[in-house]
Amino acid sequence: MTLVSPVKAGPETATDTAAPPPRRQTARRAAGLVAALCVLLAVAAASIAIGAKPIALGDVWHGLFHYTGSDTDVVIKDVRLPRTLLGLLVGLGLGLAGAVIQALTRNPLADPGLLGLNAGASAAVVSAISFLGVTSLTGYVWFAFLGTAVASVLVYALGGSRGATPVRLALGGTAVYAALYGYINAVQLLDSAALDKMRFWTVGSLASANMTVVRQVAPFLLVGAVLALALGRSLNAVALGDDTARALGTNLVRTRAMSMLAVTLLCGAATAACGPIAFVGLMVPHLVRALTGPDLRWTLPYAAVLSPVLLLGSDVIGRVVARPAELQVGVVTSLVGGPVFLYLVRRRRMAQL
Amino acid sequence: MTERVRADAERGTDGMDGKSDQGYSEKDTGQTVASSTNTSSSNSTDATTDTTTDRQRLTAEGLTLAYDRRTVAEDLSVTIPDHSFTVIVGPNACGKSTLLRALSRMLKPTAGSVLLDGEAIGSLPAKKVARTLGLLPQSSIAPDGITVADLVARGRYPHQGLLRQWSETDERIVQESMASTGVAELGDRYVDELSGGQRQRVWIAMAIAQQTPLLLLDEPTTYLDIQHQIDVLDLCAQLHEEQGRTLVAVLHDLNHAARYATHLIAMRGGEVVAEGAPEDIVTAELVERVFGLRCQVIDDPETGTPLVIPAARRSRKPAAAETANTETADTEAASTEAAEPLAAAATES
Amino acid sequence: MNASKRTTTTGASGVTLRTGGLSLRLDVRSAVVGLLLLAVVLAMSVVLIGTGDFPMAPGDVLRSLAGNGTMAQDFIVHDLRLPRVLVGLLVGAALGLAGAVFQSISRNPLGSPDVIGFGQGSAAGALTVIVLFQGDPTEVAIGAICGGLLTGFGVYALAWRRGVHGYRLVLVGIGATAMLAAVNGYLLTKADLPDATRAVVWLTGSLNGRDWSQVWPLACVCAVLLPVILGQARGLRMLEMGDDSAYALGVRVERTRLVLMFAGVLLTASATAAAGPVAFVALVAPQLARRLTHSAGPNLLPSAWMGAALLVTADWSAQRAFGADQLPVGALTGMLGGAYLLWLLVTERKAGRI
Repeated sequence: MTLVSPVKAGPETATDTAAPPPRRQTARRAAGLVAALCVLLAVAAASIAIGAKPIALGDVWHGLFHYTGSDTDVVIKDVRLPRTLLGLLVGLGLGLAGAVIQALTRNPLADPGLLGLNAGASAAVVSAISFLGVTSLTGYVWFAFLGTAVASVLVYALGGSRGATPVRLALGGTAVYAALYGYINAVQLLDSAALDKMRFWTVGSLASANMTVVRQVAPFLLVGAVLALALGRSLNAVALGDDTARALGTNLVRTRAMSMLAVTLLCGAATAACGPIAFVGLMVPHLVRALTGPDLRWTLPYAAVLSPVLLLGSDVIGRVVARPAELQVGVVTSLVGGPVFLYLVRRRRMAQL
Repeated sequence: MTERVRADAERGTDGMDGKSDQGYSEKDTGQTVASSTNTSSSNSTDATTDTTTDRQRLTAEGLTLAYDRRTVAEDLSVTIPDHSFTVIVGPNACGKSTLLRALSRMLKPTAGSVLLDGEAIGSLPAKKVARTLGLLPQSSIAPDGITVADLVARGRYPHQGLLRQWSETDERIVQESMASTGVAELGDRYVDELSGGQRQRVWIAMAIAQQTPLLLLDEPTTYLDIQHQIDVLDLCAQLHEEQGRTLVAVLHDLNHAARYATHLIAMRGGEVVAEGAPEDIVTAELVERVFGLRCQVIDDPETGTPLVIPAARRSRKPAAAETANTETADTEAASTEAAEPLAAAATES
Repeated sequence: MNASKRTTTTGASGVTLRTGGLSLRLDVRSAVVGLLLLAVVLAMSVVLIGTGDFPMAPGDVLRSLAGNGTMAQDFIVHDLRLPRVLVGLLVGAALGLAGAVFQSISRNPLGSPDVIGFGQGSAAGALTVIVLFQGDPTEVAIGAICGGLLTGFGVYALAWRRGVHGYRLVLVGIGATAMLAAVNGYLLTKADLPDATRAVVWLTGSLNGRDWSQVWPLACVCAVLLPVILGQARGLRMLEMGDDSAYALGVRVERTRLVLMFAGVLLTASATAAAGPVAFVALVAPQLARRLTHSAGPNLLPSAWMGAALLVTADWSAQRAFGADQLPVGALTGMLGGAYLLWLLVTERKAGRI
């Protein structure tokens, strides 16, 4: 007589579908990544072509590779190209940072903007403007960096170290934002020139991009990107819980430290370059996970490619919608990202909170 | 611990309510197991029981219960016998907690109705229901910084009003409730500081203070160690026998259910598979049907109620394989032979 | 009528007053704390009235309030300072009360109208009026109310899924805040500098230039909503134990919550209309009140008095530290509130409550 198997809970039992064989899956994912890269190139081209002065694609090619100094070429070289490059780099940074933060804190609702990291950058920038007389974007960069670093340490200490839940981190980020909010406002109110400068920086825009800024932030973003991509395997283990990760041989302390370093480099540089932009780091990893599953070795590269698509896309939309003026990219990403975030919050069963 | 709770209760129940006399008389005759569905089994002439009709106080008729789009039960009809200690058992996701929630009006059925004293429970005023039907939920939140006495006192809410905030009756009942669950000395302590077992007893004291003739308990013994599980169940038995309350509990442990229940409802897949007194319905066939568990059923040496003993798994040792196999086969044969007369005896009693 | 003191057998705290079949129970400590706070509020109000470009001693202030001061003093007190202080008191009390209600409903010490998006909502309304329509203060106030109410309902509706559960409300609020902050940021860039400055001043929360036209509407709203909220207080107390327990005790959960949320949002919106979204009073006041009264439960009235005390004290500090009318009160409450919030998060984490 055979043992009767235990009763299976009906609707709750996950249906067992056979996963496709690994090699085919890898091939599919690689193909997807190539497709994403093509989309990215297309969006980048659009970013160069579209704007207050529309430029035909042929002229784009001309401007990029056969520079002759014509008006169009100058616009491309001095305005559109830096802007596009910055959008690529910033998008890359935000998307990777978001994916890493979500994996590190085991919290799918984490986002650099919601975590108060931007508040740190803002506080540092407003201090620089008001007390040190810094007025240009290139000048802000280092301060923003420092501010993000301090804020990230604070938020991590508050919410991340011991089994972060979505609420703990969101509230930790709010706390940091809150603590700095009063200070930022006070400085602006006592110094109206600072207010004038801050309000344009705070909204998050690619409009003041130039090659100097690109050159300033590119090294940090690239180093941070390489670091993040290399952490894929360790973060996969961390996602299973501290105990399991240790049992699998992951060095938790080192992984966490490296991750925070990567996040600081990526977020800090991104925010420093164009001001705080919310929701990109939140949305892209979610969309990517729907395509690739939770394996970070694939999620990270996909996020690295698709986030710039989102950012540049938002930038293009911003340029088109409010022609001849433009809607800053930070506003567009919030208006698009907000509803997505709210949908996610509603969909997930919040029992664990 | 158990003795102390019983002793306290004996001291405390004098003059508590009119039912204590009946409670003692029932106890003296040693009749602790009421048979299943008829009203006349209880000696109660309590005004709150509707003795003029055959209808029990709490019934469910044709319930369809669903969460979101997932239907848990369809056309489910259940009658809770008055003055019984009814326990609902069943495997995970069979709908027992869902049924309890529907009975306590936490969950609105998509079809059918739950009737309390003949009226649809959803149409009765909330406080009136709260004075008749109490619930011990599976998870409750103790507000920060609340003391035990304050928490138990909150159980009096359905009897209070804006100008009737704390009468002498309230005070007396809270005292007695705390005494009966053995938390009287913990009155000043903060609930957050207590152990799991103590905290559960405090919540039960609050439910007792509500002074309802019917009390529903959703898995009151989960997360408690064995001693506290027995304490809580003994307390429930006492509430049932000495105060004549009707109790409905969802329990996971089948043996606890068989030992304490006077009326057992076995569910599976949203349907009632069997109901009745434990001695009548708990058989090896039933257990296998409901839980998919092979077992044998014997009489509990302490109480005489059915005791379920799961079958042993087959041995895996290759060296002793042959001897083990033959031995297991022998024991299997022996146990099936033994089980049948026991099961037969159980059904006959 | 007899008053029985704390009975040690049950340990239930408080004094009970009984007569006939009626009884009333008072928590002694809460009542004492409430009275003390009220005293502080009154004292600080008198001091604040005396502060400004033309300082006055408390004695003179009191004389003026009674109508016995000089013409100049009476003018300053009755037409300039008194309405400002009254607005401060009412706004502080309204925000403290609303904060206590929100924190109780969401069972979360960090639940407050600020955190859950109402602040940014009314800011969006006000900013729209300032930047797009160059409205006067009354129109700004109306815009603020509409924006706040819409956001409040929106957040509640989005967080509702067969009932509102604490943390989902917080998360939806945080999302809504982020979205609205972006919209507000955009509006700020569209404005010219004077409008932008005016907008930021309003956004921070300020009592500058408040006069009697802000006092009366706010006073009426408070007078109506206070009894409504206090009437639901007992049900709110039961709600803190979880929806299931509250249902079991006979509380009409959804109705109570809806009434309270509605009242809380209205209070917040009115306070915001009068003084802008003053930061963190709604968050901090209930927590501080709770630490003083040591009472489990919503602590509604102590929170209101604490809110009033906080706001009046903050305004006085801002005036003394930075000069009259230089720094809006909201900047100070923001900094202090933020620091407090960080401390609270640390201690809540240590206690394992978050």
